[in-house]
Amino acid sequence: MADNTIDRIAKATPPGLAKRVRGLSDRAIAWLFVGPSILLLLAINIFPLIWTIRLSFTNFRVNRFNAPIEFIGLRNYERILSDPDVWKTMQATAHFLFWTIFLQVLIGFALAYLINKKFKGNDLWTTIIVLPMMLSPAVVGNFWTFLYQPQIGLFNYVVGFFSGIDPSSFSMIGSIHLAPWAIVIVDTWMWTPFVMLICLAGLRSIPDSIYEAAEIDRASKWRQFWTLTVPMVLPFLMLAVLFRGIENFKMFDLVVQLTGGGPGSITTLTSIDLKREAFEKWRTGYASAYAVILFVTVFGMASIYVKSLNKVKDR
Amino acid sequence: MRISKFLISTAVIAMSFVGTTSAVAQDLTLCWASWDPANALVEMSKDFEAKSGNTMHFEFVPWPNFADRMLNELNSGGHLCDLMIGDSQWIGGAAENGQYVKLNDFFDANNISMDDFLPATVVGYAEWPKNTPNYWALPAFADVVGWTYRKDWFGRPELQKKFKAKYGYPLDAPANLEQLKDIAEFFQGREIDGKKVYGAAIYTERGSEGITMGVTNALYNYGFKYQNPKKPYDLEGYVNSPGAVKGLEYYKALYDAGTPPGSSDWYMSEDIDAYKSGQVAMQMNFAFIWPGVNVDPNVGGDRTGYFANPPGPAGQFAQLGGQGISVVANSPHKDAALEYIKWFAQPEIQARWTEMGGASAMRSVVEAPDFPSKKPYNKAFLKSMSIVKDFWAEPSYASLLLAMQARVHNYVIAGQGTAREALDGIVKDWTEIFEDEGKL
Repeated sequence: MADNTIDRIAKATPPGLAKRVRGLSDRAIAWLFVGPSILLLLAINIFPLIWTIRLSFTNFRVNRFNAPIEFIGLRNYERILSDPDVWKTMQATAHFLFWTIFLQVLIGFALAYLINKKFKGNDLWTTIIVLPMMLSPAVVGNFWTFLYQPQIGLFNYVVGFFSGIDPSSFSMIGSIHLAPWAIVIVDTWMWTPFVMLICLAGLRSIPDSIYEAAEIDRASKWRQFWTLTVPMVLPFLMLAVLFRGIENFKMFDLVVQLTGGGPGSITTLTSIDLKREAFEKWRTGYASAYAVILFVTVFGMASIYVKSLNKVKDR
Repeated sequence: MRISKFLISTAVIAMSFVGTTSAVAQDLTLCWASWDPANALVEMSKDFEAKSGNTMHFEFVPWPNFADRMLNELNSGGHLCDLMIGDSQWIGGAAENGQYVKLNDFFDANNISMDDFLPATVVGYAEWPKNTPNYWALPAFADVVGWTYRKDWFGRPELQKKFKAKYGYPLDAPANLEQLKDIAEFFQGREIDGKKVYGAAIYTERGSEGITMGVTNALYNYGFKYQNPKKPYDLEGYVNSPGAVKGLEYYKALYDAGTPPGSSDWYMSEDIDAYKSGQVAMQMNFAFIWPGVNVDPNVGGDRTGYFANPPGPAGQFAQLGGQGISVVANSPHKDAALEYIKWFAQPEIQARWTEMGGASAMRSVVEAPDFPSKKPYNKAFLKSMSIVKDFWAEPSYASLLLAMQARVHNYVIAGQGTAREALDGIVKDWTEIFEDEGKL
């Protein structure tokens, strides 16, 4: 049947075209297929990257077409790395990254472990839990500003109800002590389901026979959890950490909507700072250097992380 | 032969007709912020369409994204907008970067005189460099920061009695900034009609320009100056003068003692909401909201009074808002866009503009004898427009603004450092920016 089809296609191919295709090597045909993708990649990824690196050594401002562009060497890099305000945004980003990932992994894994047990309404609960990650970050940011409202917000009311504190006596997004936690809570609420889904995939990939063998060997539940479940889910968990880490390193919309980077600059993450430099102050050369520094940081950290992930998978 | 001649001449006539039509009737796009006055302009522009044959299109962007979106458009050399009603602070950059068309020759040719407009709006919206007769816009929408207050609450005898007993003077629209703070403190947390209310809704927003537009109303009146009047870009001792320090401390004290909890990131819309929902006794906001307040079912009519930003120890000033209308240099329809400005500059159109919810800056409109009595807020508006000061309109205004936003928010809202440190920080940041610009 297959032979007939191939024969029919061969007969239907115009002689000229058939001759040309017959003349191509396998390698040439492979390039023919891969070529457009590579060109596209070069155009939309590699070229802008090279261009950004080039601009990072200049004083170029995109809103000053008439101004001469001067090569200023490493001055932009020096200014960024010696600016205490930039380091503060790095600290804010590190705080946000660490706590969101820590909480999401902890809660996400716990939820996945529970959902993995067979119980009535399992599917319904899974759907309800994953709802937050289906919402737009801008919408989430907006409605959490209402939830955090000291006078009418549900969050303050609930805290007040359980602790006895006056709900209007504290402001989650107006206090320098609480605002960094306010953004961590919202991101955790939104993205824990994502980590849960990945962990769930990991848990469901573990064959029942392994647990049955452990049962026969009289391994306790606790021991099964630490010696079977955790090691076998770990590569999935590490993948989730990688995804969330990269995503949260460039977090912008949710935080801008919630706090605008305030109070003061306490929740100004690097991506917010970068956006202000590039598209509000229009310091294109400076912002390019800033972007290169962030790119190298993320790329370096992700590369190290991926290597360790591969080691865990190989074990 | 005759038939072919007839056909050719018909075709020529048809072509010339099409050509003439397309030269006269053009599609013009006007870019502005998305708010009530913009809707009034859409209505009014129907008259221009009928008279000129041009078709008007509108691109309105909500205020929080307005500057981002429109400056992107100008900086990227886009062709979306033929006419731009841009913020007053953009004028320096737009003029120096060739993004707006210079209008001097056009004004001269069409007998449009800047003397016909309120002087503050000409300086604020049209001129670059400031105080020189180089015009890049026609004053389009006069606006200024002012205050609304709950006249009905202020008039309650029991509250008047308590207030007089505590502060020693009658409860009324404040005569100075210190009194404004007293009143805000007085109402803070007070129960009125079974509901907890607060003193004042003020500008505290961090992300765009909010807290700067608010704090300057205190800074100016306590002695803050942008620069040495005799030596441009000389900041030390003017931006961080002892008076300026007191002004910044005043704004923080007002925020701490007299504003609703959670108002740490409020700007125009949050202040309106707080006032209209009966949460606050006073509201700082641009005057454009006053017509809406006046007709509001909850707080409108006699329940609200209006006053200009009260004086401080160094005088009485208020932050200028508002915009001018400019022709975008990249527009392929510059002639039609200029025609629109010519139409808009007519005194009868300006009068209609104010009637329909706009805010004309034309003197024949706002200095008309019956203007102050036409609306309950007109007196406060006129007073406010006579005391305006504006933020920098330099090409680097955005950098200057962001630096001030960060420093002021850090002190007033986050409570970090002192007022002196915040103002010293502004001097440092602004000096660096002007050095980068080659102005120092």
